[in-house]
Amino acid sequence: MKRAGFRTISLPMLLLLPQLVIIGIFFYWPAGWAIQSSFYLQDPFGFGSTYVGAENYTRLAGSSEYRKVAWFTLIYTALVTFLSLGIALLLAVKADKVIRGAKTYRTLLMWVYAVAPPVAGFLGLMFFDQNVGPITEFLAGLGWDFKLGVNSFDTATAMVMVAVWKQIPVNFIFFLSGLQSIPRSVREAAMIDNKSGTQRFWDITFPLLAPTAFFLLIINITYALFDTFGVVDTLIKGEPGNNPITLVYMVFRDGFRGGDLGGSSAQSVVLMVLVLILTIFQFRLLERRIHYT
Amino acid sequence: MADTQTKRAFKWEPVIDHGILILGALMMILPIVIALTTASQPDVQIIKEGLSFQIGDQLDDNISSALFTQGGFSGEITGMLMLQNSMILGIGFAVGKIIIGMMAAYAIVYFRLRFATFAFWIIFTTLLLPLEVRIMPSYEVVQGMGLTNTYTGLILPLIASATATFFFRQFFLSVPEELVEAARIDGAGPVKFFIDILVPLSRTMIAAMFIIMFVFGWNQYLWPTLITTEEHMYTLVRGIRQIIQDQDGATIPQFGRGIMLAMLAILPPVLIVVFFQSWFVKGLTESDK
Repeated sequence: MKRAGFRTISLPMLLLLPQLVIIGIFFYWPAGWAIQSSFYLQDPFGFGSTYVGAENYTRLAGSSEYRKVAWFTLIYTALVTFLSLGIALLLAVKADKVIRGAKTYRTLLMWVYAVAPPVAGFLGLMFFDQNVGPITEFLAGLGWDFKLGVNSFDTATAMVMVAVWKQIPVNFIFFLSGLQSIPRSVREAAMIDNKSGTQRFWDITFPLLAPTAFFLLIINITYALFDTFGVVDTLIKGEPGNNPITLVYMVFRDGFRGGDLGGSSAQSVVLMVLVLILTIFQFRLLERRIHYT
Repeated sequence: MADTQTKRAFKWEPVIDHGILILGALMMILPIVIALTTASQPDVQIIKEGLSFQIGDQLDDNISSALFTQGGFSGEITGMLMLQNSMILGIGFAVGKIIIGMMAAYAIVYFRLRFATFAFWIIFTTLLLPLEVRIMPSYEVVQGMGLTNTYTGLILPLIASATATFFFRQFFLSVPEELVEAARIDGAGPVKFFIDILVPLSRTMIAAMFIIMFVFGWNQYLWPTLITTEEHMYTLVRGIRQIIQDQDGATIPQFGRGIMLAMLAILPPVLIVVFFQSWFVKGLTESDK
């Protein structure tokens, strides 16, 4: 708040009103509803609902399928996060270093940011296709009989690859801007002290990039958990069947296809808690963020 | 200076650097190039020979069929109509978000209001939970209000988060205090100060936010999939689901048309991001920090 702020009362209230009304109706109401209905069991024929206490949660904890999906989500998230962060970091370091064509590289490496996840998934569907896909053909040459939508492992591989492809640009943009904000004087001092480029990277550049990397870690986990819905849905052609799915997909499937509102809400609440923990973790990291300049 | 002894020797390092960058760039660009060349081939040939690296003669046919051929179950949807719906969603979302966010951020930063701290927390809690985790109840609420298959139902629930508000709050806080003091001494009221000084000052920020929000809105998938069940309300990105289902059932899938629609779905956001790169990068790296 500014010290010299205005003292009117009605105007700021009026200015805040639209935002508050919209989040009241479309955020707090649904969020509250999710928590409430996670304690109820919906009648499948629409004849009201009964209070069942924590039954939806215990059912979830006992469900072997839920555990399986949770495991898959965990591995999927870890793979997508580390692969896209790693590749993006490598590309950003190189793009920061080269003199010629730096701008062209930057453009070529970041435009995929604007591609929607389901469109990336659609492209993946074509490239990994059983009959027409060039990647399938290439893998067949290596002796890998790739079967998208049939073999769970193959489907999961395609999901990871497409999700990583789509996420590299965001990480690249942040890493590059992080690298470019390292002061010249620091770089020059490091050049004098240390001849080896690799060692210079690990001793100087990487620690200076750590705050960006931590921040990106959270962004990428959130991306893999939620935003890859489009990638998953397109690659499995909207048919969960025996295909690997993520936790968010399961919320969607059970809620809309299965009509299990209580169970789906309980899953939503579990995800909410998960995101809350992540966010709190992120804020604590940001607080402790070290500024070197 | 580090390499005095090897000065005359050929340097491998720049070659490796460029090699890695070229590989990365190819990885990003090749899928689109191959998709485009494939879409220039007749569908029958694609089924026979797979995705193609050569340019065929069907490019304009497939473009016009993507744009103007009526498809879908009801036959009332064309590429043009989906493009229009996507535009409404992208622009409506971005503009709505910016206006509402700027108003709220102005109220929080520039007014001495006890309620402001409370409002701040109410608004910023929304940053914690993405729409995906409360998707079921959000659908129930919107359906209960009778807003399915309307632009209002499509756009408003997506606006219910504080990203833009947070972004403008950060920016307003960085605006020098003297500005508002000077304005007050000159007798400018809050409305005049906002419209004549703060908004013009925020122009670059507004542009950056518009690009990010437009792309975000345009690329929405899950929410439009639930909320738009009538085909005339489909956006391009939501239409991808339809294309896949159509291809799955067909004996001769319309690959050309499908790919062209997908290309149409990425064209506007990609153009905006590429042409307004510096604003976009600035907005992105500053908003999320």
